[in-house]
Amino acid sequence: MKVGVVTFPGSLDDVDAQRAVRLGGNEAVALWHGDDDLKGVDAVVLPGGFSYGDYLRCGAISRFAPVMTSVIEAAERGMPVLGICNGFQILCESHLLPGALIRNDHRKFVCRDQRLRIENTRTPWTSAYAEGQEVTIVLKNGEGGFIADEATLDMLEGEGRVVARYLDDNPNGSLRDIAGITNARGNVVGLMPHPEHCVEDLTGAGTDGLGFFTSLAAAVLA
Amino acid sequence: MRPQLDTVAVAAGDPEREQPWADLGLKVDEYARIREILGRRPTSSELAMYSVMWSEHCSYKSSKVHLKQFGELAQETPRGKMLAGIGENAGVLDIGQGYAVTFKVESHNHPSYVEPYQGAATGVGGIVRDILAMGARPVAVMDPLRFGPLDAPDTHRVLPGIVAGVGGYGNCLGLPNIGGEAGFDDTYLGNPLVNALCIGVLKHEDLHLAKASGVGNQVILYGARTGGDGIGGVSVLASETFDADGPAKRPSVQVGDPFMEKLLIECTLEIFAAGLVAGIQDLGGAGLSCATSELASAGDGGMHVELDRVPLRDSTLAPEEILMSESQERMMAVVEPGDVDGFMEICRKWDVEAVVIGEVTDTGRLEIDWHGERVVDVPPRSVAHDGPTYHRPFARPDWQDALQADRAEALARPASGDELRETLLRLVASPNLCDKSWITDQYDRYVRGNTVLAQPSDSGMIRVDEETNLGVAVATDCNGRYAKLDPYTGAQLALAESYRNVATGGATPLAISDCLNFGSPEDPAVMWQFAEACRGLKDACAELGIPVTGGNVSLYNQTSETAILPTPVVAVLGVIDDVTRRTPSAFVAEGERVFLLGETREELSGSEWAHVVHGHLGGLPPQVDLAAERALAQLLADASRDAVVTSAHDLSDGGLAQALAEASFRSGIGVSVSVADVADGDAFVALFSESAARAIVTVTTDNADALVALAHEHGVPVTPIGRTGGDTISVEGQFEVPVAEAKQAWSATLPAALA
Repeated sequence: MKVGVVTFPGSLDDVDAQRAVRLGGNEAVALWHGDDDLKGVDAVVLPGGFSYGDYLRCGAISRFAPVMTSVIEAAERGMPVLGICNGFQILCESHLLPGALIRNDHRKFVCRDQRLRIENTRTPWTSAYAEGQEVTIVLKNGEGGFIADEATLDMLEGEGRVVARYLDDNPNGSLRDIAGITNARGNVVGLMPHPEHCVEDLTGAGTDGLGFFTSLAAAVLA
Repeated sequence: MRPQLDTVAVAAGDPEREQPWADLGLKVDEYARIREILGRRPTSSELAMYSVMWSEHCSYKSSKVHLKQFGELAQETPRGKMLAGIGENAGVLDIGQGYAVTFKVESHNHPSYVEPYQGAATGVGGIVRDILAMGARPVAVMDPLRFGPLDAPDTHRVLPGIVAGVGGYGNCLGLPNIGGEAGFDDTYLGNPLVNALCIGVLKHEDLHLAKASGVGNQVILYGARTGGDGIGGVSVLASETFDADGPAKRPSVQVGDPFMEKLLIECTLEIFAAGLVAGIQDLGGAGLSCATSELASAGDGGMHVELDRVPLRDSTLAPEEILMSESQERMMAVVEPGDVDGFMEICRKWDVEAVVIGEVTDTGRLEIDWHGERVVDVPPRSVAHDGPTYHRPFARPDWQDALQADRAEALARPASGDELRETLLRLVASPNLCDKSWITDQYDRYVRGNTVLAQPSDSGMIRVDEETNLGVAVATDCNGRYAKLDPYTGAQLALAESYRNVATGGATPLAISDCLNFGSPEDPAVMWQFAEACRGLKDACAELGIPVTGGNVSLYNQTSETAILPTPVVAVLGVIDDVTRRTPSAFVAEGERVFLLGETREELSGSEWAHVVHGHLGGLPPQVDLAAERALAQLLADASRDAVVTSAHDLSDGGLAQALAEASFRSGIGVSVSVADVADGDAFVALFSESAARAIVTVTTDNADALVALAHEHGVPVTPIGRTGGDTISVEGQFEVPVAEAKQAWSATLPAALA
């Protein structure tokens, strides 16, 4: 499969996401924020970073990049889209996902190896995991606190749209320990932790993140 | 009303006008020298340029007579000739496979005291641009930090801001922060140290040097607009001792925009790749004054600049202010006329503003115009390189003998196993030895996906090539207490520890960069400390066969009469041919044999034990044995290559006890040792002495003989001391402490103090 990785001005984990896509057995295609051409990719990753410096609300400017017009259209047609960290923020700003991400409750940037539970394995990004599987994935963010109103949270829970939840200490004040969610159709996933940093034994924190990138092929075969 | 523009013509016609040279930090003889060079009084723009470029920070006027000796070292590493050395923005080393590495450590101490967040942030930004200007992609950063006492109110103002600034800027650039240090001492209260290191990687053919050659080539200023921030930062902030009015100097600290810097990095690397620059220089301290004069001096001898073309953030800035501004995230490139369009196109792609502000000439002069009127006409070398040189008086202070006679070896020691146990718990929880993750967890250590080792490992290690697994390792160290006791030995110990920390990871040390943080050079005692430290570093480098690739000097780290501990921070860079063979510093498995490498002597003066338990500083620091350091490093590199050891951890502050505890904490694997064969069986000395040239290693039972054979081959003393396993740290016949209890003490200190 061809997986596009978008580079916005200020994207940082784009090279990491491309590497993870390759290690997951797919072809990585670099996409540019200013170009609405998705180059025929089968899926898109919006990587982590500080797009446009995140001086305004995180992701608020990127949402208006030409490439996002195409990503939003493709997502609405069912294309798999994974937003990691800043990418998750962009997906919320784009209204592809509900809720918002705000400054960590302890008001500091946090980088650590985070325990998570994968709660939804029906998305094209998580099918390689077992439901309830506990994994360790790098978490690093300054504005990773997931919030939504109670009704939205209840809806997400009720429809099984919480994809991953923090275990042990909640690292950023996210409501109901939510680390990642999906849309109603299940093709768009936003995740605050960074699976692309957990794809090699040599670097990062183990290889628990690889499943996000191997799931794609399995999803297509199924 | 703005005063009349002070042009060269005005200056010639009004020779006796009074000028504020003293307010700009110039001395009377320095001002006279400028008049002599120019044959007239300087214009106010020229005065601004000379004042910033002749400041201590830019001209190294007090330090250069001592730094000169580093240039006498062979410009060669164990891997071959250096590709660029001292004098460039940063030294460049060949690491093989066509790759080169550049690294440098710099200070941003004074700005970080005045405005902790921005001071620290722009410190990171400045060193990253230095590395970028060499043609290298910045790949990692690290930050050696020093603070006043952890319980001091001002530390609670300074530390969180500095840490947030380092993280805020570095994280937003996408550079992993892979190490560094944080230390605490009374003398850093009011004088925190923020040193910033960056490593960059390039292919040999991509090396770029700062020079303006080729008459007619265009001079392009690109990046952020120029504003009023940081004006006079160099001369006012970095070169004078703080008085009680320190914080009133706030406007002189620059404000950083890491997003712009990230764009600048990607834009510049793309410009390099397209082959569009003839010369390049970053704008840091002294801003345009520095970039124009340094580029012109290193090139064909002349440059003409139209200063009114500089894009401004504040349209009311006067030419003097534009020349002195230290606005961040700016670069200057020299570009052949035919390449200007291509250059501009790449800048547009990255939304980076770029303007041609001048061109290279053959006049031998740096000529700067302001709306058509000449405001600067100087020989560029006279600004950039011919600043004053001071042979400051230096003298061994009269208190040095008394200090060295007051030995910590004479202090009361723990006598029983219970007392040793309490000592261990007290030391692991002390500010200098405790868990630093409250700090390092605010830094992204994973971005770019090449981080092989990071804090709390002995060194940081980065994979350079994903195919061949070639990598580099860096560590920084300095124990200022040792340097106070004996600056010559203390500087060598800083080098030795950093060298050892690179070696324990499995890398081979290649070169050093240093950041020499001292008090006021106007105090002969401080100047003696500085001179001794330089001499110590030079002698050690000569003996180890490694060069000094560059560095930075920070003087005037002093509040009234109190100078900081002399703090010559030494960064050592090493190479490892296969990063998959790196050696971790934590225990990795139960039931492995633990060996102590090196010789333990009764060396307690300057130790963490004397500092924490007795509040004592006196005596002589541990001996330096560079031959032993080199042998240990070679053993560790061989052991990594041949997969003999499973972990290796250096012994330094806190001695064997601290090393065992740290190796246990990360994995939770306990350890049982006997110290009967160490230090003649004196358990206290065995556990808490800080003798250098030592490390602990673990091996599987199968590899014990191979390790002993390797140690004998390299002439390194080797002592079996125990086994990993269980959930306690136990010392036979003395005490036992649960790993969890000790780890709790170790990890609680910073969060409790900074909550």
